[in-house]
Amino acid sequence: MRRSVTDMSEVGIRDRTKEDFQELVLVELPALYSLARRLVRDGAEDLVQEALLQAFRAFSTLKEEAAAGRWLKTILVNVFRDQLRKRSRTVDERPIGDLSDFSLYRTLVDEDPFPYSDTLHADFLQVFDSEDLREVLIRLPDIYRIPLVLRYIDGFATKEIARLMEAPLGTTLARLHRGRRLFEREMWAYAQEAGLLTKER
Amino acid sequence: MTDTKAIPCSEAVRQLWDYLDHAISPEDQEKVEKHLSFCRRCCGELEFAKEMRAFLATSSAEEIPPHVRERLERFVEGL
Repeated sequence: MRRSVTDMSEVGIRDRTKEDFQELVLVELPALYSLARRLVRDGAEDLVQEALLQAFRAFSTLKEEAAAGRWLKTILVNVFRDQLRKRSRTVDERPIGDLSDFSLYRTLVDEDPFPYSDTLHADFLQVFDSEDLREVLIRLPDIYRIPLVLRYIDGFATKEIARLMEAPLGTTLARLHRGRRLFEREMWAYAQEAGLLTKER
Repeated sequence: MTDTKAIPCSEAVRQLWDYLDHAISPEDQEKVEKHLSFCRRCCGELEFAKEMRAFLATSSAEEIPPHVRERLERFVEGL
């Protein structure tokens, strides 16, 4: 008889079966796939598949069922990091221009894209659907996108991100800071290019 | 005694997300709070930073296309 995922906490590590793994995957697949799509432009399915393979092999090391979602995501990020390393031995440090003066908040006030709105900033965010958000994220260099996605969308702690990316904490904090600025600048640029500010609202 | 000298807007804005994350020292936290107590524009920046964080946090799981789900479930069945 199949056990539900909620009953799995009662299952001893040695007793875990492929069916338990399948149950787990069924629940966690949307979140895992979404994370993969925010990390790679193409090949999210392949990334998830490789992560699932590694997760299945390591299933007996999962300590708490309640942490299964985070455990799977961590494996996926590790797989992605290793793939990045194989592709390029150098960190993508493309110049991204001077970000110090850019403020999306001020840009919206100055440009006033929705003159009749009393909630200008909230309205600006609402014109982005999940595909638009992904497009903006995918435009960012890996070193900025990865920490940003993990910290603010998937809720990883900064220390955990530093460990996963094998980067010093200070470097991770600096990348998060620049990544936020760059993300806001790209949101503004994308909204204009994609005509999000002129759509019937 | 802590140094609570006023910081400029650029410095306050630079630290806002870390302020929300409680990732800065108590002294810097205090400086940002002091700045926010008199700067309306930076309060607007703070509110927008909160909205942006909420926007990102609620966008975590998308729908998975049926053909992708099917392929991945088949893969797991074959493990």
